[in-house]
This record gives sequence, structure tokens and C-alpha cells, in this order.
Amino acid sequence: MLSNYVWLIPVFPLIGFLIIGLFGKNLSKGLVGIIGCGSIFLSLLLSAGIFFEVKAHHEAISVNLFDWISAGSFSVSFSFLVDPLSVLFLLIITGVGFLIHVYSVGYMHDDPAFARFFAHLNLFVFFMLLLVLGDNFLVMFVGWEGVGLCSYLLIGFWFKNTEYNKAANKAFIMNRVGDLGFILGIILIYITFGSVRYKEVFDVASSFPAGQTVMIAITLLLFVGATGKSAQIPLYTWLPDAMAGPTPVSALIHAATMVTAGIYMIARSNILYTLAPISMDIVAGVGLFTALFAATIGLFQNDIKKVLAYSTVSQLGYMFLGLGVGAYTGAVFHVMTHAFFKALLFLAAGSVIHAMSGEQDIRNMGGLRKYLPKTYLTFLIATIAIAGIPPFAGFFSKDEILAHAFEYNKFFWFLGVAGSLLTAFYMFRLYFLTFSGKFRGTHHQQEHLHESSKTMTIPLIILAGLSIIGGFAGIPEVFGGTHFLKDFLSPVFAASDFKMFSKHLSHSTELMLMGVTVLAVIATIYFAWMNFVKKQTVPPADSVAVNPVQKTIYHKYYVDELYAMIFTKPIDWLSGKLHKFIELKVIDSAVNFFGTAVNWTSAQARLIQTGYVGFYIFAMVIGIILILFYKLF
Amino acid sequence: MSSIQSVHINLYILLSTVLFCIGVLGVLFRRNAIIILMSVELMLNAVNLLLVAFSSYWNDAAGQVFVFFVMVVAAAEVAVGLAILITIYRNTKSTDIDILNKLKN
Repeated sequence: MLSNYVWLIPVFPLIGFLIIGLFGKNLSKGLVGIIGCGSIFLSLLLSAGIFFEVKAHHEAISVNLFDWISAGSFSVSFSFLVDPLSVLFLLIITGVGFLIHVYSVGYMHDDPAFARFFAHLNLFVFFMLLLVLGDNFLVMFVGWEGVGLCSYLLIGFWFKNTEYNKAANKAFIMNRVGDLGFILGIILIYITFGSVRYKEVFDVASSFPAGQTVMIAITLLLFVGATGKSAQIPLYTWLPDAMAGPTPVSALIHAATMVTAGIYMIARSNILYTLAPISMDIVAGVGLFTALFAATIGLFQNDIKKVLAYSTVSQLGYMFLGLGVGAYTGAVFHVMTHAFFKALLFLAAGSVIHAMSGEQDIRNMGGLRKYLPKTYLTFLIATIAIAGIPPFAGFFSKDEILAHAFEYNKFFWFLGVAGSLLTAFYMFRLYFLTFSGKFRGTHHQQEHLHESSKTMTIPLIILAGLSIIGGFAGIPEVFGGTHFLKDFLSPVFAASDFKMFSKHLSHSTELMLMGVTVLAVIATIYFAWMNFVKKQTVPPADSVAVNPVQKTIYHKYYVDELYAMIFTKPIDWLSGKLHKFIELKVIDSAVNFFGTAVNWTSAQARLIQTGYVGFYIFAMVIGIILILFYKLF
Repeated sequence: MSSIQSVHINLYILLSTVLFCIGVLGVLFRRNAIIILMSVELMLNAVNLLLVAFSSYWNDAAGQVFVFFVMVVAAAEVAVGLAILITIYRNTKSTDIDILNKLKN
């Protein structure tokens, strides 16, 4: 059975990391690229093989690797779980990961630390695979922490720049704040269920009644971990700053994979959430609020990557909304389609930045359509997909979430659609300002405009294809489809579906909702076109004064400043005071005392070395007398 | 042998101790290197005297055999000591040991 070899899937990137990490300096860039991409490709092939196996027999298999922890009655084994959810994530991670690795060969070609980049990327894929393959919460946690580490390493890849280092620190520290909740959740799980293995925990959990306090506590603590990793309110501010890293990093980690770890975790623990309806409400509420909040910020950003970053936060909010209203399959579906078009958007943005000799401000772009034909076309496809226009991928996944939201709470549906409109508007604003109209950059930049190399454009084209057809994995019944994904993932969510009050929308209502949404989106796109193409409005320069509302939103609602005031400055002050008093006065004096004491003692001892022979003989005599007396008495 | 028996062993001990102490004081307080060597010899001979006295007292020849060893060692040591003394004299034109204080601090 191919599933027995599932352990090879994370091992390939690990070997890639070791080889490139240890010997990268001695290998040529071509070889590093082949090893880096090749390891992910092998994992992709194996994942595909296992996927077809799982598709055929629909079972969940646990593959034990070794006994990991054995402390008294607490024993955890390092095992992998091969089931529909993990294998789907395997395909997303290795598939999109492979394309991004190939893209990086071209993008990072001129960077002197080329080998280090691929080593870190491979290490990241290793940890992410561990995260989704683990069959218990602790293996997931190892992967969870590992991807946080690699995120730090890759955001601060160009470590000579202090600002980038600060961004990397911010990401890591905020992740750790969330991780505290996660750890507490795992501890509570162990106390309640006596185990951390998914199978054992979930089997016991399904016999619990709904609404118990301990279940609410566990799910909320796990959700805190998810907000940190998946950048929801209040722990989202690290993601826009993480754009300091190279663009392939933004694509892989902060769009397609790491940030989806929170959704994976909640989808995996779906039974726990179904048994705590209050938590689901909170998850949905926070997700929806984040989706809208981030979308409004994205409306006014002028850095191409920052718009995409806030878009990611917003789309992650949609996924959490999906999880909160019980659309588990829809949320996972959206993870998949989002991975395709968001990775594509970031890679295409990277292509644009590359062509513009490092420029990232969209106010200085424009008219790039004729200079970068492949980039332009793929970016357009991704923008249409994210806006949710059928039959492109984003439509099906987003609509499934919105349909469930409508069943759950009509006001939530309304806000969700509002968010979709904002999404369409800011994405098309980005597209129009970058590719349409006249070129607004410098003459020097215009001379260097060039379409990117094949290693960069081929992944773009493949991702564009996936963005077009990706939605067909989940065609709902209303269109006569069989919703392959729902069927495939049904064993994972079976316990939840059984417990949840699943009201079903009539086909006509569903079609009407879809129709309303699509029409509203098209109207929004027309509005954006009018604004940015017909009227050729360009966002004002930073020095121009704008009305207070716009100014607040442009400055991201001053949330970073708020956090600085509430958390960072007091802790800095406290740390300064502790340093001045306890560190310098108390601890240093105690430690220095020992040094001074030794110095003083040796100074005294030195006085014996007088240099006079007579004195030495005298000392000998004294010594002999002392020995004599010791012997006698 | 009766003349030796007639003297009490304590007197030998006393004499030996006094000679030894004079030797020690000589080593400690005299500045002339030759005198110091002579005092060392005095100490050694005091010990020899005691060994011989007790060898006769216990009728054990081991003490006298040990005295031979001590005399040999004393002779060798004096040879080396005088050689060092001559080297010092050649370098400092004096036998005063207070001049040899270059190893201080």
C-alpha cells in the first residue's frame, strides 16, 4: 500500500534542506534549484499516488513511525494520519509549493543567498507537511511551531535590513502569543479526553452533549492559536508587515500554506466545534469582522503586495466564517481555490516588481499590459477568480460559504456579500492601476521593462489554469454537479454533519442568491472600471491631505499604533526599569562580587611571592613544623 | 660499650635537638650562602647523631645503615650546592643571598 510510504513525503524536503543547507555553498545554482524543486516534486508525485488510493477506499489510515514520548502514563507516538483531509492538503502544499519553488529559481536568480533561500523553503515545506500529516495534536504542534520558525527565517531573509528583521520578529512573537492559546487548548484536551490522538479524542467527544463549558474552553483556546497563525483579528498585524520577505515567500507561506494551518486545525477538530455552538458563533463573527475590516484597509493601500496581504487576511476571514457557520467543506474548498489564485496573484506581483526594477507602488505603475503580456493575462484571471465570477474557481467556494451563511443568519450573508463587493473593487482597482492606462513610472524603469523568464511565467500559467478549473472540484447540486469535494471529505466531517441541524436551501433560493451576488460584483467591477480606467483616477501621493476617514483607513485604523501604546511601550518601559535596577544593580553586583572576591584573594596570595630566598626557607620551616605537629597530635 | 650505655638516651636526644635547632636558626638568619650550607650540614649531622644513638639503644643496625645513606646524600647535595654558589658568585660577585630577589611579584 502506497500509504505506508507516507513518511517519505515530508522526508524528501527534509533531505533537500539538509543537502542544500550543508553543502549549498559548494553547489552550483542550477543544482540547488534542481534539488530544491525536485524534492518537492517527488513529494507531489507520492501525494498524488496516495490521493488516488484514498479516493478509492475512503478510509483513514494511521501510519506509526516511532514511539516518541513515554512519560509514565502519558505516551505519544509519532504517527501520520492519511485521510481525505490530510491528503487534500498534501496536494495543495506540494502542488502549489512545487510551482513556487520553480518560480523562485527565476526570481531569486541574482540573489547571492540563493542556496539559503531554497534550504529554508524546503525546511518550511517539511514542517508544513508534518503539520497536516500528524495523527495527534502534538505532531501538529511540532509542524505548527516549525512553520512559524521558517516564516521568521524567510521574512527576515534579507537580514541586513533592520526593518525586515523587525517584521520577522513581529510575525514570530505574534504567532507565539497565539500558540499559548493553542498549548493551553492541547493541555485541556489531554485533561478532558486522556489522549491527544485525533481518533481517540474525537471518538470520545462525539458522545459528549453539546454546549459544555470545557468544550467551549477548548475550542476557544484552539481558536486563539488559529487567530495567531491565520492572521485574524486581533493577531493579524504581522501579515502585512511580512511582505518584507521575498515575494515567493509571501506567495507560499502567507497565502497558500502556513496561514491555512488555522483552518486545517479547526476543520480537523470539527466535532469539538460542532459541540460548542457558542464557539462557532465567535469563529464566524471574528472571521466576518476580519474579512470586512481587512477589505476596507485594502481599498486604500498603494503597495501592490500590501493590497494582496490585506486581501489574504480578508479571504482567511471568509474561511473562518465558513467554518463558523458549519460550511466545513466550503471553508476547505476555499482554502484550495484561494491557494491557487492568491499564490498566482503574489507571483504575478513579483513578476511586476521584477520588471519594474523593484518598484512596488502602484501609483508609479500603469499601462504594463503591453509590456508584460503573460503576467497581465494571468493576473487578470486571478483577479476575476478572487472576485467570484463564475465559472472561475473563487465563485464556487465563496458561494458555498455564503449559502451556508444565509442559512445561519441572513445579516451575516449580507455582510459577506458586502465583503465580496469590497474584494472585487479593491482587486480590480489594483489590476487597473497596474496594467491599464498610461505608464506613470520613471523613464529608467520604462527602459528596463521586460517580461519574466520561463521559469517564472510557466508557474503563472499553470496556476491560472488551476484558478479557472479549480472550482469544478465542487460543483453544487443546483447546477447538476456531484460536488466531488464534499463527497471526498465526507468521512472527515461525518460526525459534525450528523449533529448539526442542516437546513437545506431550496435550489431556487440558492440560484437567486448566486445571481444577486454575481450581478452586484459585476456592477462593482464596472464602477471600478469607470473610476480607474475611464476617469483615470490615481490615488494621491502620501503628502496630499485627504479627508479624516480615508486617512484613518489608509493608516490601517492605527491598530499598530494602538498595539504599540497598549502592549509594546509598557513592556519596553518595564523591561527598561528591570534592566536598570535588577539587572545592573542586583544581578551584576552579585556576579561581579565573585569575580572581585577571586581577584582580592589572589592579590593577597601574591604577597607570599616576595622573591627573598630567606623568606622561602622560613616558609619551608614553618611547613615542616606544621606537618610535625599534625603527625604528633 | 658500657661507656656509651652509661650516658642516658635523653641526653643524646637533647644534644641532637639542640644541634638541629642551631642549624635551622643558622639557615634562617645568616646571609652568607656558605654559612647556610654549613648549617644545613649541621642539621643533617644532628639527625645522623640521633639515628646512631637510637641504633645503639635498640641494638638495631638499621639505624646505622641509614646514616650511611644520609651521609652520601649530604655529600652529593653539598657538591651541587657549592656549584650553584660558585655560579651565583660569578654572576653577582657576592655570596649574600638577599641580593637574589629578582623573582618577587
